[in-house]
Amino acid sequence: MSNSTGSVQTQNLAHAAEYALDYARKQGMDQAEVSLHQGTGVAVTARQQVLETVEKNNDAQISLSVYKDHKTGSSSSADLSERGIRASVDAAISIARHTGADDCLGLADKELMATELADLDLYHPWEKNIADMVDIALACEQAALEFDDKIINSEGASINSYSGHAVYANSHGFINQTKGSNHSMSCSVIGAVDDNMQRDYWYDSSRDPSKLVSAESIGKEAARRTVRRLGASKIASTQAPVLYEPAMAKSLISHLIGAIKGGSIYKKASFMLDKVGESVLPEFITIAENPHKMGASNSARHDGEGVATPAYRAIIDSGVLTGYVLGSYTARKLGLQSTANSGGVRNLTVSNTGESFDELIKKMGNGLLLTELIGSGINMVTGDYSRGAAGFWIENGEIQMPVEEITIAGNLRDMYRDIVAVGADIDTRGNTECGSILIQNMTIAGS
Amino acid sequence: MNEHFYSVAQATLLEPTGLTDDQLNQFIHQLTNVGDCDFADLYFQYAKHESWSLDEGKVKSGSFSIDQGVGLRSVCGEKTAFAYSEDLHTNSILAATDVVQAIGRSGQNAQMQRSWKAQSIKPLYSPDDPLAAMDDSAKVAILQKVDKVARDHDPRVKEVMASLSGVYEVVLVVTSDGRQVPDIRPLVRLNVSVIVEENGKRERGSMGGGGRCGFDYFDDDIIDHYAHEAVRQALVSLVAIDSPAGTMEVVLGSGWPGILLHEAVGHGLEGDFNRKGTSAFSGRIGEKVASEYCTVVDDGTLSDRRGSLSIDDEGNASQNTVLIEKGILKGYMQDEHNARLMGMGVTGNGRRESFAHLPMPRMTNTYMHAGEHHPQEIIKSVKKGLYAVNFGGGQVDITSGKFVFSSSEAYLIEDGKVTQPVKGATLIGNGPQAMQTISMVGNDMALDSGVGVCGKEGQSVPVGVGQPTLKMDALTVGGVTL
Repeated sequence: MSNSTGSVQTQNLAHAAEYALDYARKQGMDQAEVSLHQGTGVAVTARQQVLETVEKNNDAQISLSVYKDHKTGSSSSADLSERGIRASVDAAISIARHTGADDCLGLADKELMATELADLDLYHPWEKNIADMVDIALACEQAALEFDDKIINSEGASINSYSGHAVYANSHGFINQTKGSNHSMSCSVIGAVDDNMQRDYWYDSSRDPSKLVSAESIGKEAARRTVRRLGASKIASTQAPVLYEPAMAKSLISHLIGAIKGGSIYKKASFMLDKVGESVLPEFITIAENPHKMGASNSARHDGEGVATPAYRAIIDSGVLTGYVLGSYTARKLGLQSTANSGGVRNLTVSNTGESFDELIKKMGNGLLLTELIGSGINMVTGDYSRGAAGFWIENGEIQMPVEEITIAGNLRDMYRDIVAVGADIDTRGNTECGSILIQNMTIAGS
Repeated sequence: MNEHFYSVAQATLLEPTGLTDDQLNQFIHQLTNVGDCDFADLYFQYAKHESWSLDEGKVKSGSFSIDQGVGLRSVCGEKTAFAYSEDLHTNSILAATDVVQAIGRSGQNAQMQRSWKAQSIKPLYSPDDPLAAMDDSAKVAILQKVDKVARDHDPRVKEVMASLSGVYEVVLVVTSDGRQVPDIRPLVRLNVSVIVEENGKRERGSMGGGGRCGFDYFDDDIIDHYAHEAVRQALVSLVAIDSPAGTMEVVLGSGWPGILLHEAVGHGLEGDFNRKGTSAFSGRIGEKVASEYCTVVDDGTLSDRRGSLSIDDEGNASQNTVLIEKGILKGYMQDEHNARLMGMGVTGNGRRESFAHLPMPRMTNTYMHAGEHHPQEIIKSVKKGLYAVNFGGGQVDITSGKFVFSSSEAYLIEDGKVTQPVKGATLIGNGPQAMQTISMVGNDMALDSGVGVCGKEGQSVPVGVGQPTLKMDALTVGGVTL
C-alpha cells in the first residue's frame, strides 16, 4: 500500500473524540457518544490483460449522538477540525430539540462497558506498491482467461486493500482505539457457447494479505464456475429438494439473524416473533457468534456502544432460539439486556452434519443444486420467500445440466425446519462460516 | 439564474479554501500531464443530508451530515486513474493528483493556460435548499401526520414507521476542455410503512415518494395518499392466497412496475457493458429486441423528478434518449469515457454516487411510451394469468440477460377478470426474449412516485421509472402453488 497523505493518526482521533464529548457536555447534554475512523485504501482493476482503473481512497469521518432528557440527535461529517466537530455536535443538539422523548434512549449501561481490550490481530497493512498490485490482478485474470477456450471475455480482476484506525468513546468515560485492515481479490469472466453467454466470479478476502488464496486459484475458480454454466436452460416447474452451495447458504443464516434483530422484534415486524426458547431449526444445528476470534473479519472486544462482547454465544443452540440480537435501545424496549450486538453479529459459525459436498449431492438424489440467487423477494413479516435462481439439476446424485431462469419459493419458517443436512464444505470467507445446506422440499417455478 | 448557480458553487466549493482558476488549471495540468491522456476532470461536491424517522407514534431519531470533497480523474485510453480529497486546500488536492502516475509516464507538457468557460445550464429544479426552507418542527409534524392518518384509517393498523429525508447538493464539474459547470440539486423523500394485524396474522404495506423539490411537496393530500395506500396494500396482503408457480400471461400495472424496463433492458443498454461486449444486448443496435409496441426512453429532462438531472456528473446536459423504438434497439446510454471509446456521442448519463466514486453510465428516468389499449381491455384479454401492480426491488444479470423483480401486490386474472389477491412472488425472465412477448400496451402511461434507488458496482443513485399497463404473453411467476 502506498503512503497515505495527510493522515490523521490514532492519537488525533482520540483527541477529537474527547473534544467532541467535552463540547457536548459543556452544551448541557446528559450523555454523548462518538465514533471516528480514518483510513486509506487502494483499488486496482485489470481487464483483458491491461490495467483498467486505479483508485486511491483517503477517508476520515466522525459520527456522534447526543442525549438530553431521553431525546436524541445524531450527525456525521468528514471535518475533524475542532470547528468542524463543534458544528457536528451543534447539529446533533439541534435535532435532539425536535425528537420525541423515549426512556429507552441513551448510552448502554455503564457496567456493561468492555474492560478487556486486548488486541485481536486485525491490522495487517499490505506492504505493496500499486504496480505490484496490478501485477497480481493481471496474473489472476490471466489464469481465468487461459483456463478454457470458452472463456471469451472478462469483467476483469480487482484488488482492494484498506487499512485504518478507529476510535469509539462515550460520556461514561469509555474510550477504545482499534486498528484494522481488509484486503480482497476478485475475478469475473465471461464464457460463451454459440449464442449463450454466461458470467460468474470468485473472490477471497482477509484482514491479512498473506492469508489470501493465490491469484491464480481465484482466476481458475472464476473460470470454472463460468464454464460450467454454459448451455443452461429452464426446467419444468416442480417440487424438489434444494442444495444451497455454501456462499448461498450464508443468505439463509443472514435472513434468520435479520428476523431476530431487536428492531424487528419490538416493532413486531418479524416472522420469528415470540420464538425464544422454541425449536426453530433441526436439533443438529447450532449457530454461534465468536467475537474474539483472532484475525477474523468481524472481531471486536466491544460492540458499537462499548458493551463487552462475549467470546462465544450460541444464538441457536441445538435448534433452539436462545435469544434475540440486541443493542441497548432494543433491549430496553423488550425489557431485556443488551447482547452486545449494536452493529450486528460477529463471526458466525454454523455446525455441520459431517457430509462432504459430494455426499450431499448423493444424499439429495434428484433436486436442484443452487449456485446463484438474484432479487430480494423476501417478506420479513411473514417469512414468505421467492427468489430468482440458477444452478444445476441433479439426478441420481449426479450433476445433469445447468439450469437458469427459474425461481425457488417457500416460507422461511418451514425452510429452516426442513433442513436435512449441513455440509462440512465450509466457506470461511466473511462474517458467516457455513457449509452447504440441504432443504428437503421447495417449489421451483420454470416453464 | 445561471449566474446564481455558478456563484453559489464558487462560494460553497472554491472560496472557503481560496481556490482560484489558476489553481484549477494547475490541478488539471497535473492530471493530464501523462503520456497519452485523453481527458481529466474534477468533481467538487458539497452535500448536506438530513433524515428523521418515526415509529411507535414518535419521531425518535434524526440525523444530519455534511460531506464535501473533490474527485479527480484522469483517463488515458481504456485506463482510468482516480483519487479524491475531502480536504479542499490546494496542497491536499495536488497531493491526490499523483495517482495519475499509476497509469502513465509523466509527460513534459508545458502547462496550458485555459480560458475557463462557466457553462450555462438549463435548470430542471429549484436551487433552494430544502433543509433550510422548512423548520425542523414542521418536518417532524409531517411524520406525525402520517402516523395519525394511517392509524385513523383502519383499526387493524398496529405499527406505523415513517421516514423523511432531504438532501441539498452543490456540484461543480471542472473539465480539461475548459468547462466549469455548476448544478444545485435538492432531493426529498417520504416513506411510510405499516404493520396490520387481524386474527393473529400480520402483514406489511408501504408507500413513498418525493422528487427534486422542497419538503412542502408533502402536503396533506400527498400524506393522506401515502398513508392510505400503505394501509390498503397491507390489508390486501392479509387476505392474499399463495401465488401460482410457472410460466403464464402476466399483466403489469402502470407506474412503478416500470422497474421491468430498468432491469430487463435498462442496465443492458448502459454504454460500459456494451463497449466491453458483456451485455446480452451488445452489438445489437438496429435489431429487434422487443415487440413492435415497445418504445422505451431514458429521460433525464423531466422537471422536479427524482431521476432527473440538469447536468450529469460530467457536466453534460441530460437528454431524452430513445433506447428502443417500436421494438428496434436504437442506442445506448453513455458517459464521456465509454462514448469516446465507442465513437458515439454522450447522452448525459455519466453519474456517480459522490465525489468519492468514479462516474459511469447510469439511468435517469426510464419509461415506456403509451400504447393504444384501455387497461381494462388488456385484463379482459387474459384467460388465466397474473396482474401485478406493486413491486419491491429487482435485479439483472446483464450477461445472461436474466432479470427478476419481486411483486408485493398481485392478483389472479381468471376469464378476463381480476379475482383473488395473491402473495408477492418473484417474476423472472430473459430481457431480450421477455420484451418480445409484450403483446398489448395501455394508454395509461404513468411515472412512479419517486422512490427508486439504483445500485451498480456498489454505487447508489436516485432514479425514476414508468410505464403504461402492459401484457407479457409468457413470464415465469415464482409462486409456491404448482
